[in-house]
This record gives sequence, structure tokens and C-alpha cells, in this order.
Amino acid sequence: MSKLSTSSSEIDLDRPNIEDYLPSGSIQEPRGKLRLRDLLDISPTLTEAAGAIVDDSFTRCFKSIPPEPWNWNVYLFPLWCLGVVVRYGFLFPLRVLVLTIGWIIFLSCYFPVHTLLKGNDKLRKKLERGLVELICSFFVASWTGVIKYHGPRPSMRPRQVFVTNHTSMIDFIVLEQMTAFAVIMQKHPGWVGLLQSTILESLGCIWFNRSESKDRGIVARKLREHVEGADNNPLLIFPEGTCVNNHYSVMFKKGAFELGCTVCPIAIKYNKIFVDAFWNSRKQSFTTHLLQLMTSWTVVCDVWYLEPQNLKPGETPIEFAERVRDIISVRAGLKKVPWDGYLKYSRPSPKHRERKQESFAESVLRRLEEK
Amino acid sequence: MGNTSSMLTQYDIEEVQEHCNHTFSQQEIVSLYQRFCQLDRNGCGFISADEFMSVPEFAVNPLFQRLLRMLDGLNFKEFVAFLSAFSSRASLQQKVEFIFKVYDSDGNGKVTFNEMLDILRDLTGQFISEQQREKVLTRVLEEAGYAKDSLLVQADFMKIVGNSGLKMEVEVPVD
Repeated sequence: MSKLSTSSSEIDLDRPNIEDYLPSGSIQEPRGKLRLRDLLDISPTLTEAAGAIVDDSFTRCFKSIPPEPWNWNVYLFPLWCLGVVVRYGFLFPLRVLVLTIGWIIFLSCYFPVHTLLKGNDKLRKKLERGLVELICSFFVASWTGVIKYHGPRPSMRPRQVFVTNHTSMIDFIVLEQMTAFAVIMQKHPGWVGLLQSTILESLGCIWFNRSESKDRGIVARKLREHVEGADNNPLLIFPEGTCVNNHYSVMFKKGAFELGCTVCPIAIKYNKIFVDAFWNSRKQSFTTHLLQLMTSWTVVCDVWYLEPQNLKPGETPIEFAERVRDIISVRAGLKKVPWDGYLKYSRPSPKHRERKQESFAESVLRRLEEK
Repeated sequence: MGNTSSMLTQYDIEEVQEHCNHTFSQQEIVSLYQRFCQLDRNGCGFISADEFMSVPEFAVNPLFQRLLRMLDGLNFKEFVAFLSAFSSRASLQQKVEFIFKVYDSDGNGKVTFNEMLDILRDLTGQFISEQQREKVLTRVLEEAGYAKDSLLVQADFMKIVGNSGLKMEVEVPVD
């Protein structure tokens, strides 16, 4: 069992080499004696910078790619208007009604179960799980979700965690409908946070705060404790750490992969034909996102439960994480990028720049000696 | 996507094209505008240093600080002119001129020993000592026939780096 690394510098050193992924081609190994030209010719470095300014693989991951407008002619436009009327005037109120009914049923069953059955834990937990699955089904119904589940349903076994790619918070609802997972999530403000601290708490969910670096050690410990517990709900982890636009996958955090358990990958792919399920948290609040889903025709997605994976002998957790990311990306048709999702919120570590400086400095000194 | 409160008109595109000496096609300018709007998240008409630094590939570049200074406060027209040196249609002269401008931080048309040392420092960081850097630079300058206190002008740069092997091209993705 590998020791838990909690310092951020260690995490940086363990990262797979970004240079392997970045477009190189400009930096070939220079040969021959060092001349003035070699020092003054900064064109490779400048080209890399300009390339990043013009287009970069990180920003692409979080771009909401708008669908082609199809309603632009005399025949289709009135049809589209009719669609808008149906969606907003008829479907939306119906869905709000369904959701309200669902919440009423849920709350009126949940609180009695939670308080009255305090002594009888096993039964209480079973009922609570069933109730959460129920409310999630109501949520899915409120977007008229068409979800196809592929692969064998995950069996409840100890010492296993589930990992999946992340597109929106509805990923959780989509999966929860089928199996009551305990999830590890960012603590959100507002009504979502309220839900998190009350109902989801009873599922055994774990909260973290992205902005606190000390948090990582605490979270790692909580993860471990949860996995050891025999009758805790199976743990669902989103190793990307942030919502990505369902066309790319960013690097997986290794926390889930160094617990010494079996990792069961799940791949989720949304079909954008009716609505884009990507929650662009930079652009819209979760409420707006939900409303957008509830006023579209339907949410279509595929969920694949993939073969459970174990750490191979001689494999590091990082390599394990990359291997599982590969499996998920291939299944869901995602392109892999070598960036840490948290770069949405912070700058890259100076170590990457320093590595470039080091390699250039080395080549200068080496070529100085050549004759 | 982005701030489309000011859509580009044909007139705008032609004006920008004129300004960059036709190094970009009209479609490329439209793509660059989309990119500009994407980066300029608060829609104030220019991309701030913070907004540039949110592109990780740019932030890990050793010359990022020097380039940020050159990119500071540029509006879209000037942004395209800045990138024009990287177009496949740009002449060798334009590319060498850009490299010269990066070195010439005080913009007086002459590059001093210290200005060259500054760039070398950005590129090598703490992995070469300051003394060694000076020694290396002095030595290669002398071998090329320049005294330590020489002031290099653009013509010198053209002689030193300007040959057909200079590759400085970036492709603008056009959907």
C-alpha cells in the first residue's frame, strides 16, 4: 500500500511528463558547437507561446460547443416556435409538477424514516437508499431522461470504488437512480449545499473544498475510512475534479487509485442531439443549468459499467489512473488532454517552466564544450 | 460564445486585414476574433494578463512575462498585428523584426548586451549562474565578431538568425 502523499510538490513530481503530450516538433535536439545564432534564435519558444494564444487544448475542454442552428428557413422556423411553446408552456409546468410531487413524497417519507428508525440502522439505511434512488428517478423524469445502461450492474462488494468522467452534477443523479452511491463532491453554496449537508450526508457522502490545500490529507483519510467500512454505500469518485464538456477528459487525480481497492470504471456519454448536458460552471449557475434541462425535449445519455480494474504489479497509482482514464475515454469517445482540471481555478506550477529552462540550459552548456 | 456584443462586420475585417498587411485571410481573422472573445472573458475589449495566464500552455512558457508586456492592453486589431509574424504569409523580414522587438525591451532600435542577457536569463532560469551566462554570451558574441559592448540593430539580427531555416509559424484553426 503506497503512503499517502499530501504535499502538493510531491503530487507535481509524480505527474506524467506533460512534454510527451504537448506539441513539440519545434524543439529538436540541437547539435554542434554553440553559436550566437543558437542563443538569439528564440523562434521555437515564441512559436509555442503564439500557438497557445491562438488555440490551446485546455480551454477546448471547457468550451460549450453550440449546436448548428437548424431552424432558419420558412418551413422549419414555425415548427421550432411550436416546439418552444410546447416545451415551455406544456412540458415545463408538467415537469415542475412531477418534480414537486416527487419531493413531497420523498420528504414525507424521508424524515419519518430518518428520525423514527434511529435505532434500527440497517433498515433505516436500506430505506434511505431506496428513497434517494426514488427522488433521483423523479429528477430524471423531470428532464424526460432517456438513459441506457450497458454492462453488468455493479455488485455491492467491500473495498471497491467507482470512478467516472464528469460533465455536470447531473452525472451523480443519472448514476444514483440505478445504485445508491456515496459520492465525494465539492461543497457548494446555496440550495445545493443545503441538500448536501442534510440528505446526502445520510448516504455517507464526503465533502471537500477545492481551495484548501490542507484539505487533501483530510479527504484522503476520509476516503480510506469509508472504503474500509463494510456496510457503507459504494463510493463514487469523479477523478477529473471538475466538469468537462464531454468531448475531452482531463487528468485523473490519483487519490482514488491509491486506496488499494478495486476500481470500477464507469463511462458516461451524453447525446447532444436535444440538449448539451455540459454544465459550464463559469457561465451558468446550477439552477440555470437545471432549468435549461427541464425546458428541452429530453436528456439522452449512455452509461457503461466497465470491467473492474486492479493495480497491476509494478504500476504506480498515477499509471493506474492513466490506464483507467484511457479505458473510460475510449468507451465514451473522449480525447485525452494532459492538463489538471484544477488549472481552471489556479495557475500551473512553475516546475513546468523550470523543466524547459533546465533542458535549454543543459544543451547550452553541453554545446559550449563541443568543438 | 464569448462576448458577441460587437459582431465583426465586413468593414471591420477588411480594416484589420489592412492593419496586419494581409498576413491573415478573412476566415482566419474571424477565427481569431472568436478566440479573442473567448479569452477576453470580462468583455472589456482587451485580454488582461490574468486572462492570458489562464491558458496553461502559455503560462508554462519561459518568455511569458516578456510577451505579456508586449500583449498588454492590445485591442483586437493590434492583437492580430501582433500575431501576424506567425502567419505562413509573413515574410522572413517580419519574423526577424518580431524577434528583434522581443529583445529590444526599451524600443530604441538597438539591442544591448544586457537586453540579450535578460532573454537568456528567462530561457535558462536558475540552471546557469549569472556569471556563466555572461561568459557564454560574451564568448559567442566575440566568436561572431561582435564586441561585448556592441549594439545590435535589426540588420544584424537579420544576418544572424535570418535564413530560410527560421521556422516561426502557427496555424489558425478555421472551422
